[in-house]
Amino acid sequence: MLQMSITTNDPTLPGKAPFGNKARQSPVASLRHAPLYGQQFGERCSMTNYLDFEKPLAEIEGKAAELRAMARANEEMDVETEAQALDKKAADLLESLYADLTPWRKCQVARHPERPHCQDYIEALFTEYTPLAGDRNFADDHAVMGGLARLDDKPVMVIGHEKGNDTKSRIERNFGMARPEGYRKAIRLMDLADRFGIPVITLVDTPGAYPGKGAEERGQSEAIARSTEKCLDLRVPLVSVVIGEGGSGGAVAFATGNRIAMLEHSVYSVISPEGCASILWKDAEKMREAAEALRLTAQNLHELGICDRIIREPLGGAHRAKAKTIESVGKAIKVMLAELDGKTGDELRDARRKKYLGLGQKGLAA
Amino acid sequence: MNWISNYVRPRINSIFSRREVPENLWSKCDECGTMLFHRELKEALNVCTSCGHHMGITPRERFAALFDGGIFTEVAVPQPVDDPLKFRDQKRYPDRLRAAQKKTGERDAMLVVEGEIGRTPIVAAGQDFTFMGGSMSMYVGNAIIAAAERAIEKRCPLVLFSAAGGARMQEGILGLMQMPRTTIAVQMLKEAGLPYIVVLTHPTTGGVTASYAMLGDVQIAEPNALIGFAGARVIEQTIREKLPEGFQRAEYLLDHGMLDRVTPRAQLRDELITITRMLMGEGPAIAGDLPAPSDSDEAEPAGEKQAEATETEKDADA
Repeated sequence: MLQMSITTNDPTLPGKAPFGNKARQSPVASLRHAPLYGQQFGERCSMTNYLDFEKPLAEIEGKAAELRAMARANEEMDVETEAQALDKKAADLLESLYADLTPWRKCQVARHPERPHCQDYIEALFTEYTPLAGDRNFADDHAVMGGLARLDDKPVMVIGHEKGNDTKSRIERNFGMARPEGYRKAIRLMDLADRFGIPVITLVDTPGAYPGKGAEERGQSEAIARSTEKCLDLRVPLVSVVIGEGGSGGAVAFATGNRIAMLEHSVYSVISPEGCASILWKDAEKMREAAEALRLTAQNLHELGICDRIIREPLGGAHRAKAKTIESVGKAIKVMLAELDGKTGDELRDARRKKYLGLGQKGLAA
Repeated sequence: MNWISNYVRPRINSIFSRREVPENLWSKCDECGTMLFHRELKEALNVCTSCGHHMGITPRERFAALFDGGIFTEVAVPQPVDDPLKFRDQKRYPDRLRAAQKKTGERDAMLVVEGEIGRTPIVAAGQDFTFMGGSMSMYVGNAIIAAAERAIEKRCPLVLFSAAGGARMQEGILGLMQMPRTTIAVQMLKEAGLPYIVVLTHPTTGGVTASYAMLGDVQIAEPNALIGFAGARVIEQTIREKLPEGFQRAEYLLDHGMLDRVTPRAQLRDELITITRMLMGEGPAIAGDLPAPSDSDEAEPAGEKQAEATETEKDADA
């Protein structure tokens, strides 16, 4: 029985142990992007959400977990060598899978439900975080969080999109899709920071602006335009990090900064690959081709001069080692702020303008 | 296959084909179905004479009617790099671009010109929806920046006519980056203390509304123009309910406080003259036939001049 469960590649085979069964189910559950949160295995954990291209990996890791579970149930069994062999195989596979991710796979990684979100960064990187709410016009948008905080004891204004991490919080956060109020809140916070000489840090992670009736009626486009304008107007440093998805106008409204860093597997695009595919290919299923054509990866954007810095992610994506990712992002933010240190307000503003006016001087090589 | 057949013959052919006979003397109004005679339609600036529906108009046609005597000169726009992303969907981007250039006779989706309206010097930029859906490309961004710079140089207002589906997907992120770039152009005008007037025409959506098209000092729209950020179909799919009648139309936006005015195309010229002259601190425009340039603007008693009052006279001129 044991032998069979190692060699077989048939994931539909019913598992014998209840734990094994669960381990087998998880890849399927993840494909539906179900907010399923399994056992926490420390830092390298929560492997309940596998992406479709990680399916072979899910099988191997599932088998290793199953083996160990059986060993725990049965004292005489020694499966450690087999389990370690599987671990090694899984690690090799993970490395080869992530060595050269296609743009579409990067989109999937960037959207991974367990990727560290804005809230995780704020909690880990800043002290005395004091959320500030509301646009003073209509409402407080929970898709956008922000407020005063300290980074290395220095006050900063941190603003970001928060997608939420379970069904309830995702709905509350509107999946990170801001409404006009969100942009107007950001404008207000940026303005506050500007008046008191506090640097602004924005964390970008949004599928895009919310396509809703009320959002349109309350001037979604005007809110985005004013937010971009405010970014360009600031006389304090504005440092942005794309931590997941940089979705179109919703991202521009936050990320028009002096410095833009992107996580290795984050994306920033004019339109979602699915949207682009349905318009240009007349088939939303052509998202792989669209993702390829749009050149939306951090690497492409770096080459085009839009992204200044790529922050490396742990092997297998940010969600596989959250703390390490957050630490790298923290370091990058500090480096970028240090680069802007000592510049006057006008210098910061002029440099920002120059950066954007100069964009598009060079295209991609091939 | 020699130079006569390749060069001379097409030239000769083009001379003969240039006799400006429209293939179709009659066109049908998209809205009410009335058949409209081409000359009548042109005179009405592509507005249906029966139901008042505003059909598309190219920037060139619009400017010919807008500027005094139909005289305007083009402002040069720096050419951006070609096909920066080597974009390819079902067609290559350069092929799509060339096809659009051939179809419209324009270089890209934005035409920048300068001239006078009612003896008021302005710079005008017109977006061409027939050119790849008016999409915001690097050229369009460059055009808006060039327009702002020219307006600042001349110390005159910038009037922009928007019409676009959004940023140009084939330029990917560089298309999107025209949002901050064009916003800088608007800021430059603001700092120079010059008016920036936006006329939103059908349709203006996506990244274009979320940047320069919504940042005007005065926001005017043509009647029934579709103006919005997200597409109505996407919204319906998201919120799973039917959208109200007239949603994202000019009048709807006016009701929701997003516009200053909704003005029919026939009255736009006078309205723009009125607004730009007031913002520039100049006296009222002279109604009717323009006096010779040597005459002083103030010579005419124009106290009772109003946009509405001169409407009929202007039409008579045109």
